[in-house]
Amino acid sequence: MTTALSRIRWRSIAILIPFLVLFAVLAIGSRPFLNPVNLLNILDQQSATLMIAAAGTLVLVGGGIDLSVGATYALSGVVSAQLAIAFGIVPGIIGGLAVGTIVGAINGVVSTLLRINALIATLAMSFIVSGVSSVVTGGNLIVLTNRPDFAAIAQTPFLGVRTSIWVMLVVVVVLGVLLARTTVGRYLYAAGGNAEAARLAGIRVAGVRILAFTLSGAAAGLGGIMDTSRVLSAQASAGTALTFTVLAGIVVGGTSILGGEGAIWRTVVGVLFIALIGNGFNLLGVNALFQQITLGVILLLAVGIDAWTRVLRR
Amino acid sequence: MSADGNLPGSVEAHVDLRGIGKSFGGTRVLHGIDLTIARGSVHGLVGENGAGKSSLSKIIAGLYTADEGELLVDGRPMSFRSPREALAAGIATIAQELALVPSLTVAQNVFLGSEPASAGFLHGRALRRRYAELSERTGFELPGDAVVGTLRTADQQKVEILRALARGASLIIMDEPTAALSRQDAARLHEIVRSLAASGVTVVLISHFLSEVLQLCDTVTILRDGRLVRTARAAAETEASLIEGMLGRTLTSVFPPKPPLPPDAPVVLEVRELRAPGVDGVSFRLHAGEILGLAGLVGAGRTEIAQAIFGAARRSGQVSVAGRALRRASIPQALASGVFLVPESRKEQGLVLQRSVRENVTLANLRGLAPGGWVRTGRERREAAQLLGEVTVQGDDRRPVAALSGGNQQKVLFARAMQRARRVLIADEPTRGVDVGSRRAIYELLTAQAAKGLGIIVISSDAEEVLGLAHRVLVIRGGRVSAELHDDRMTEENVLVAAFAEALGEEA
Repeated sequence: MTTALSRIRWRSIAILIPFLVLFAVLAIGSRPFLNPVNLLNILDQQSATLMIAAAGTLVLVGGGIDLSVGATYALSGVVSAQLAIAFGIVPGIIGGLAVGTIVGAINGVVSTLLRINALIATLAMSFIVSGVSSVVTGGNLIVLTNRPDFAAIAQTPFLGVRTSIWVMLVVVVVLGVLLARTTVGRYLYAAGGNAEAARLAGIRVAGVRILAFTLSGAAAGLGGIMDTSRVLSAQASAGTALTFTVLAGIVVGGTSILGGEGAIWRTVVGVLFIALIGNGFNLLGVNALFQQITLGVILLLAVGIDAWTRVLRR
Repeated sequence: MSADGNLPGSVEAHVDLRGIGKSFGGTRVLHGIDLTIARGSVHGLVGENGAGKSSLSKIIAGLYTADEGELLVDGRPMSFRSPREALAAGIATIAQELALVPSLTVAQNVFLGSEPASAGFLHGRALRRRYAELSERTGFELPGDAVVGTLRTADQQKVEILRALARGASLIIMDEPTAALSRQDAARLHEIVRSLAASGVTVVLISHFLSEVLQLCDTVTILRDGRLVRTARAAAETEASLIEGMLGRTLTSVFPPKPPLPPDAPVVLEVRELRAPGVDGVSFRLHAGEILGLAGLVGAGRTEIAQAIFGAARRSGQVSVAGRALRRASIPQALASGVFLVPESRKEQGLVLQRSVRENVTLANLRGLAPGGWVRTGRERREAAQLLGEVTVQGDDRRPVAALSGGNQQKVLFARAMQRARRVLIADEPTRGVDVGSRRAIYELLTAQAAKGLGIIVISSDAEEVLGLAHRVLVIRGGRVSAELHDDRMTEENVLVAAFAEALGEEA
């Protein structure tokens, strides 16, 4: 009985070990790595991914999956950029957030009440949303050079750290607390772990799942605004790889693709682990070609270890 | 080996276990088991959950490897590293959960993995011919082209057995084969077991149904806490002697005394003309402090009645709790009005297996512990600890609930039921797959709740259980109440007659 307990603990901290090893290797192997500028840069670049992955963890824990976040991120970026150019920053922010939230809510309703498998529903949604983005931009890159104040959203320093990082921290902590300490979080674990048992315990399974999808869409929207503000440009084709980076981060962090298990702090470690690999390859001067191969291998290992420990547990 | 004195002299040993021991992570589950299983016999293994029956059978079946001791098959020492190796030696297992492909036909399932084929192309005709041969050899009558998913459970088990025989199994281990079967289907399976034994196949039967063990087995082995208590001829045992051996003490009475029912007890649940999928116009009243039994065959509509009352299925008709009508079929509304359902299948419908015991206890009333949506973990811990104490589940409640035995898992669901004041408690098959000791504890929980003034509905396929617990019994047949039995009309015979017979239904 104590073995079951210790195994759970081990499983939940498992991702920390490779992360800390990699961190130590980089700290020793590369002088610029530990420089605060480099570390803050990593966080700044990863802020959108971290927020979206945190919200995506809720979806996965609740037994769903969201493949539309990349497309939503791009749509929110171009919508907020267009609105900012036309009406100003505040309408830009509101518009971008609204777009993301609406897409997320639709995903939630389609995959629960309309009973369309979440994988297919959100894949289809990603095509639809990408198409809409292309219509919005007319296929062009939107540059915000005439609205340099848009940069203030993500790039304002506060206590020596950019707002992109502050916003990310707030979002991640709020979502983390939501999952770990509230009824909604508990219901998500139950819905993903055993939907029928959750239903018979009086939990509105569809309701909490719709909420998770909506938060995922909203996070993608916020991420799109933040990154548009960071680089001061937006295009419909942004975010094509983001969906998979986000999923990879969540899964490497040890959240089960089958639902019912996972934690947001682990997702954060997973996303940063992948980011560190990229950063390390650059700093150590390793050919960037190997970066993707390494990521693929790590992803397989992460899922494999999860599956193997399940078998051993029996 | 003192038990050998009890065995018939002229038997040929099929499997011989000598000093088998097994530990899991420092916990010893089997201690020096010596056991001889005679060829062509039906050998029963009985014991409480956790007594080591499953571990022992898994060692024979090659799923586990023994840490110490010897396993001899046909006199040759064996060391199986996988079920495949055990199967090569003629040993197959029919598990509780069937491993069939529901969309394939009987013949396709029987020869799954060993289909007649050349270069990857299947030979349909050869498949049918081989199936016909097998079915003739074994005397099993089952259409080879029937789709397995459409068969009843007992017939699906037949398919599993045929598959084992097709692969040359000479020893079949059956783990709780009748747990999910109605009495009728169980009787059919008993026939199958007998015919297997008659044709020289050895059967190892693990079952909680002691009457079944006594009926079917030639020899019974009792296990307790990983040790072999004794092996004896079934004819020399009784249910009482088996229970005594399993528990190490005598069980004075299986059922606790029924709490007295005051004549003026108010009605807590009234159901009128209830219709739902599988339910065809059911009406009854349940009083505070009353235990009402719903008896009948599996598939008669008992579970469907429970689900409809609880709001888990679409329904029409009236359901009122303590005089207030529940208008819609809604689980949250049913819970709010004080109805609670302990569902039929605790693993599929009751528990979130990978979450902790504590979270599973508080799941249905988490809001009460979380003003503003914020879970007060201290309150949750104290409340769960208190409830788990009441239902006698010990140990760290942060363990995943999957780590508990079947009986303790069921108690966790009762703890969930007791987390709030309820008016009506519906327990659907509350003791399925539960060991004898926990069974008694669950009966006591049910009567204690009735004594507190709850109305209780107990659904069970075990007529004895319904009769032993309930003040009054409704026998369900074809989605209707086919008989209502009180007082001296509450006999096993009356239950069976009403459950099987065509509309005898004067509603007493």
